[in-house]
Amino acid sequence: MCLSIPSKVVSIDTEQNVATVDTMGVQRTAGLDLMEEGSVAIGDYVLLHIGFIMNKIDEEDALESLRVYQEILEKLDEEERRQMVLDDDNCPSREAP
Amino acid sequence: MSSLQLKDLYDGFRDPDVIKGYQKVIATDAQKLSRTINIMEVCGGHTHTIMKYGILQLLPENIKFVHGPGCPVCIMPKERIDHAYVLSQQPNVILVTLGDMIKVPGSNGSLQDARSKGSDVRFVYSPLDCLKIAKENPDKTVIFFAIGFETTTPMTAALLDTVIKEDIPNILLHLNHVTVPEPMRALISDEACIIDAFLGPSHVSVISGSKIYEEFPRDWGKPVVVSGFEPVDVMQSISMIVKQFIENRCELEVEYHRAVSREGNLKAQAMVDKYFQKVDFRWRGLGDIPQSGLGLRAEYDKYNAEKIYDAVLPKEEIDDHKLCICGDILKGKASPPQCSIFGTACKPTSPVGSCMVSSEGACSAYYKYGNLI
Ligand code: SF4
Ligand code: SF4
Repeated sequence: MCLSIPSKVVSIDTEQNVATVDTMGVQRTAGLDLMEEGSVAIGDYVLLHIGFIMNKIDEEDALESLRVYQEILEKLDEEERRQMVLDDDNCPSREAP
Repeated sequence: MSSLQLKDLYDGFRDPDVIKGYQKVIATDAQKLSRTINIMEVCGGHTHTIMKYGILQLLPENIKFVHGPGCPVCIMPKERIDHAYVLSQQPNVILVTLGDMIKVPGSNGSLQDARSKGSDVRFVYSPLDCLKIAKENPDKTVIFFAIGFETTTPMTAALLDTVIKEDIPNILLHLNHVTVPEPMRALISDEACIIDAFLGPSHVSVISGSKIYEEFPRDWGKPVVVSGFEPVDVMQSISMIVKQFIENRCELEVEYHRAVSREGNLKAQAMVDKYFQKVDFRWRGLGDIPQSGLGLRAEYDKYNAEKIYDAVLPKEEIDDHKLCICGDILKGKASPPQCSIFGTACKPTSPVGSCMVSSEGACSAYYKYGNLI
């Protein structure tokens, strides 16, 4: 029930205090009542929950997480390669004449 | 530096390779643990992710999960649902609530049943829908049966704010909002409780900030990692918890830092504070927990359906069937398949106890994804 979908702000109506957001191609309006005035801009990533924007997603922080994941993958690749080399060194068939 | 795309926010946090990567990291680290650790995911959103992505099967033997009380639908005691049922039967009333409440049975049946018997019950996506319904039906009283944790409470407050500012005469509230730290405290105060660490709810923390969990590592010796809802978020958070144990740390950490700050959304908190105050609440499966709910402040009595319809609302407390072991499940003393009526008398279509009620409840998640276990 508290699930909330990342969306991107497409336009802002200051009169009605609502924003139009894009959630993977679907456009919807969302109330800005819970956000400080002027804190949400076009192009911002936000979390939408039951008709309201409840906060912004920090772009830098999201990118930082994605970078950490990339590093983990690279490190594992490296370990796997090293493991393969080690396995190769220990190849039992090599001991055969 | 590359810039963020909306797609990254979905795919990046569900990447199966990254999940496998964390699986290896966790497996390696877990070998250094001196004992099994039991992690409670407080929130049903996490239960859902854990079951849906088969995360339990990716974890080593010595990391276990205890599924928490984290779904506001599951923890709604029957007498509150009976309130909604009775209110919907009052003359000239339209009862409005969020879609999640549709099938939850009270002692006379669910709100869906009330509707099929002629009550005007409407299930909406947003509390804002009440405004439209009230304007279209000026001769009716619209009662919003409000549910949810900290995540959802500000939206109810925003509805009341609009009702007052626009002087809308025909909207009342019936509040059933609850808060997360109180049940966490209640669970770990029980001596039999086996919880070693918590996975903190994502969106509750977006509103309330991570600060609401500071007491758990500090006063109770239980690490907390606030986690996002995506599977990579959950795997990373588990990894962070394991690292705390092997490094002998006991801290509050935030994995979901792209959306959670220490302070949270202060404007939303102020809005809640203006209209609501802490009250005692009886939780289905857990019983009375002091100061774990929110009620309307006395100065807003004229919007309080519970006060206005006091004479017709039932007062008696109704417990679940005695075979139901939800209370023990929530404390980690039992798991759903251990219940004697799990999957037989108690199913998502005919829930007997709270954990089977919403798709986020532990029994319901086991029922749906149980073949994976
Ligand atoms: S309603 Fe929100 S807090 Fe509750 S289980 Fe669902 S997602 Fe978690
Ligand atoms: S299966 Fe049903 S009755 Fe048994 S513990 Fe779960 S909710 Fe309660």
